[in-house]
Amino acid sequence: MYDLIVIGGGPAGLAAACAAWEGGLRSILIVERDKELGGILNQCIHNGFGLHHFKDELTGPEYAGRFVKLLGETGVEVRLDTMVLEVTGQRQVHMVGKSTGYRVDEAQSIVLAMGCRERTRGAIAIPGSRPAGVFTAGAAQRYVNMEGWMPGKRVVILGSGDIGLIMARRMTLEGAKVLACVEVMPYSGGLNRNIVQCLHDYDIPLYLSHTVTDIRGKDRVEQVVVSEVDASRNPVPGTEMVFDCDTLLLSVGLIPENELTRQAGIAIDRRTNGAVVYENMETSLPGVFACGNVCHVHDLVDFVTAESQKAGAAAAACVLGGAASAGEAVLEVKNGDGVTYTVPQRIRPQRVDKLCGLFFRVNRVCRDSEILVTSGDAQIARFKREHLAPGEMERIDLPRALLDRAEGELTVSIREVEQ
Amino acid sequence: MKELICIVCPKGCHLKVDEEKGFAVTGNACPRGAEYGKLELTNPTRVVTSTVRCEGGAHPRCPVKTDRAVPKGKIFEVMAALEGIALSAPVAVGQVVLENVCGTGANVVATREFLFLERKRNQKEL
Repeated sequence: MYDLIVIGGGPAGLAAACAAWEGGLRSILIVERDKELGGILNQCIHNGFGLHHFKDELTGPEYAGRFVKLLGETGVEVRLDTMVLEVTGQRQVHMVGKSTGYRVDEAQSIVLAMGCRERTRGAIAIPGSRPAGVFTAGAAQRYVNMEGWMPGKRVVILGSGDIGLIMARRMTLEGAKVLACVEVMPYSGGLNRNIVQCLHDYDIPLYLSHTVTDIRGKDRVEQVVVSEVDASRNPVPGTEMVFDCDTLLLSVGLIPENELTRQAGIAIDRRTNGAVVYENMETSLPGVFACGNVCHVHDLVDFVTAESQKAGAAAAACVLGGAASAGEAVLEVKNGDGVTYTVPQRIRPQRVDKLCGLFFRVNRVCRDSEILVTSGDAQIARFKREHLAPGEMERIDLPRALLDRAEGELTVSIREVEQ
Repeated sequence: MKELICIVCPKGCHLKVDEEKGFAVTGNACPRGAEYGKLELTNPTRVVTSTVRCEGGAHPRCPVKTDRAVPKGKIFEVMAALEGIALSAPVAVGQVVLENVCGTGANVVATREFLFLERKRNQKEL
């Protein structure tokens, strides 16, 4: 019986395991399906990681390397090349690995840190033929940055998520011609800085409110047709542009990988596609925590680290501190006007030390706005922001004293201030 | 007055730079933004990240970066200079791959560690 089993050895799992060790647990296992730790950071060779956590500007592999080194200073056990098949409600973890075969290990606590995967062509139903040359941006990133293959020479990118933007620059640097980045929404889903340093720097046009309406080619992509879309995102006939290209990269969203979570009977939030979590990242199954992109898709690994440290520390407290007191008050956090989701979705005020960090995303681009936190008819907090965008996760910190004044539920909403 | 989006960190501050007032920057949340705003209009620079070939490690490519920002106009020259470079595992983080690349004063350094595995390039393990 382990104190803690962490599922996933990416940035979330590494930070959670380190924090749990620091919190006093001495029997910790990380299960990772890849041959190495670090997860997706290993293929994110660009810089910009770690400004919050390490106060240093690092590349993805450097960020992962620092955590792997920290982990090496602990006694955390790592099982690579091992796939978790099932997590039960009794915290038994079924897994299969090349060296260990099939086995079941039990733990007093579990941290779910499986990350997310990319949406594919099938998930967005692009019409057209089915030639080679259609890749998700992350798959292309792995080919180029780790395995040394170029997926194509003339490229169109659908979706302006960060991976798509990063790949637009990467493919350009490696000698490909990136003809266009196409985004169905009227705003980009990526960070502003990536629009600037990945598209503007290389004169790659960004077509907002456009989408791919046809893929042509028999064996290999030969043409991609791009059309403008109207306000309800339907293609407008007569606006077609044809690009001669051999490659289409898709950066059309990430899906938290929660098969294990669902199978364990843990409550899922349909907005985040991740587990519903409490203020300490505990899921609806006591002793099971979720953090990082499996819980909700983050923009920054630094925030994944912070969230996962919280989960790891909470797992340690849970194992060492014993069962929670029954009948604790719970505040349900509701999405008000302008808010897509919040994490956590539930807060137990008596478990909050001083501040409770609350992450959320907005559903539209807002200028000078106020973030309002209300409970019933009472406004309990207000925060000002000059700029809010769906592609940029927001964070507010709610002091314990304010949470104690709330009852039953909290609503987070956005109000744009008239100029 | 020029409007820029700061790329120093993922926050993406909306900067305003006044060319007529000595490139005075407003809208920045930190001093690095002020520096970026001025530099972007006088001598824009970028850190270049890429990969070079690597033999004997876990993967055929080793990620690298310039250890400081280089002039924007030299990015493709730096990329060309990386072509043909081949490392051999073991590789250490920070190991210099190319000194003073293209006369920019920046060194190209490895950004991940590779232990020596003696696994041939592209050979699939079964």
